[in-house]
Amino acid sequence: MSRAVLLVEHAGPLTTVQDRGRFGYLRYGVTEAGPMDRQAFAIAQAALGNPDDAAAIETTIGGVALRCIEGEVTVASVGGGFHCFLDGKPVGAWGVFSLREGSLLSVRPGYWGSWTYLAFAGDIIAPAWLGSRATNVLSDFGGQRLAPGQHVEIRDAERRPDRERDLALPVTSRPRQEVRVVLGPQDRFFAPETIRRLLTESFILSNEYDRMGVRLKGPKLPIVGALDMPSEAIPRGSMQVPGHGDPIVLLADHQTTGGYPKIAVLASVDQDGFAQLRSRDSVAFRAVSAEQAVSAARTRHSALQQYLASLRQS
Amino acid sequence: MAVPADPFPRLRPAGDQGLLVEFGNSVDVAVSERVLAFDAALRARPFDGFTESVPSYAALLVGYDPLAVAPAAVRAHVKALLAEPHARQASVALHELPVCYEQPFAPDLADVAQRCGMSEEAVIAAHLSGEYRVFMFGFAPGYGYLGGVPEAIRLPRKANPVRGMPAGSVVVAGPMCLVTTVIAPTGWWVIGRSPAQIVSIHRERQFLFEVGDQIRFRRIGRDAFDALESAL
Repeated sequence: MSRAVLLVEHAGPLTTVQDRGRFGYLRYGVTEAGPMDRQAFAIAQAALGNPDDAAAIETTIGGVALRCIEGEVTVASVGGGFHCFLDGKPVGAWGVFSLREGSLLSVRPGYWGSWTYLAFAGDIIAPAWLGSRATNVLSDFGGQRLAPGQHVEIRDAERRPDRERDLALPVTSRPRQEVRVVLGPQDRFFAPETIRRLLTESFILSNEYDRMGVRLKGPKLPIVGALDMPSEAIPRGSMQVPGHGDPIVLLADHQTTGGYPKIAVLASVDQDGFAQLRSRDSVAFRAVSAEQAVSAARTRHSALQQYLASLRQS
Repeated sequence: MAVPADPFPRLRPAGDQGLLVEFGNSVDVAVSERVLAFDAALRARPFDGFTESVPSYAALLVGYDPLAVAPAAVRAHVKALLAEPHARQASVALHELPVCYEQPFAPDLADVAQRCGMSEEAVIAAHLSGEYRVFMFGFAPGYGYLGGVPEAIRLPRKANPVRGMPAGSVVVAGPMCLVTTVIAPTGWWVIGRSPAQIVSIHRERQFLFEVGDQIRFRRIGRDAFDALESAL
């Protein structure tokens, strides 16, 4: 088998290698990491027929430019409304195409979306830690942050003309401006009027937005009563409210514990769509029960699995 | 009339992939023991769809796969398990961590001594006299929150965190001590540095200790520090 080598000519901040995530180590302070938009990541891998543990390059508004300096490889570009150029010519940003030696692939922000993925027909070489190549930003133990001048090696790289095509953009891959939340576990620290405002008024994503999470601006959510709450574990999607009263939604690289009350947790089904919002976009929240959120997650999952299966086999 | 609080343990939803089981609202050994005993019982008898459990000071987060199990079934399993008596089976390991209290590893030692009205040697002696318990990990990989700082050297956190403290910093705030594992800002008081790597990708056992383990500190000089660090 052959290899392909890509030279990073440009990499905006937060350009990282990610696989589906690192699971089972929250008790040691190790967050899941993995893609900010898990559905887009899965579509990119399925479009190439890649295995479940495949890795990809994730980038955000800063974009990335990669020059193929050795070999050839087919690439799937999926996620958000980004623009993608091959040797300066636009190619479908949701699509599969091939790089040859000398090709320059560049990804730049388009009109919407915060996160996008480049998956490869082959295996990205990056260090694994605790069974995963997702980048742990705090420790730099697993995965890799990409910086200009660096090489990315793809092992067993293949050119797959049979897979080259434009991909349909599912409506569920759009940013989601109405997001379902399950109230709790510490909604008791907020007055009923504060909960009402959370669920009826809209919020704006601030520019304090990275892989750890995003701070929202909107009605302040004051904490009432004594905060008799020792630090405890935080699931992904938690909406934590520190003393300043602005909620912070914790995402892929969230801290594993925290001592501020969590007024609500985003339904898992809406976390990808929330992550594709940009700073200055507005968002509103609607309460559902855990049961309703689970039922929505199951419906979405079966539809997505059908779509992924059709992508994989063709 | 005051409404009586729900008795512990309390179950609270944490989204559609987690159930939080609260055993109290304070940091103390008895509550932490209940958390860990239930953690052990759950891991010995998990339900279908259980993903992982995360112990903290006074609560256990029970994670589940929403595609495999419904929230009501998770609650029912947890309630049934809570109704049974359980004791923590795991034997508690005792670990000794070396600390060098010399400069430049202890930038806050003089300040701590002054605020506590003690000599620097007395602060070091107090820190070494503590018997510590790993209450939880949090924040970053291998950040173990070690409870047991003696009363005499308990200080509130600094008003403003200091950026870029090196990994291995031995820091204290209130009743807690921590050996950092990554370069990070901290508002805790930096009184020494340990060459023990709490998390290491070069060992088979990647995390040096488990929640519930006991920790003691051992004083080393700069030469021993350099020798231990170069050996790792």
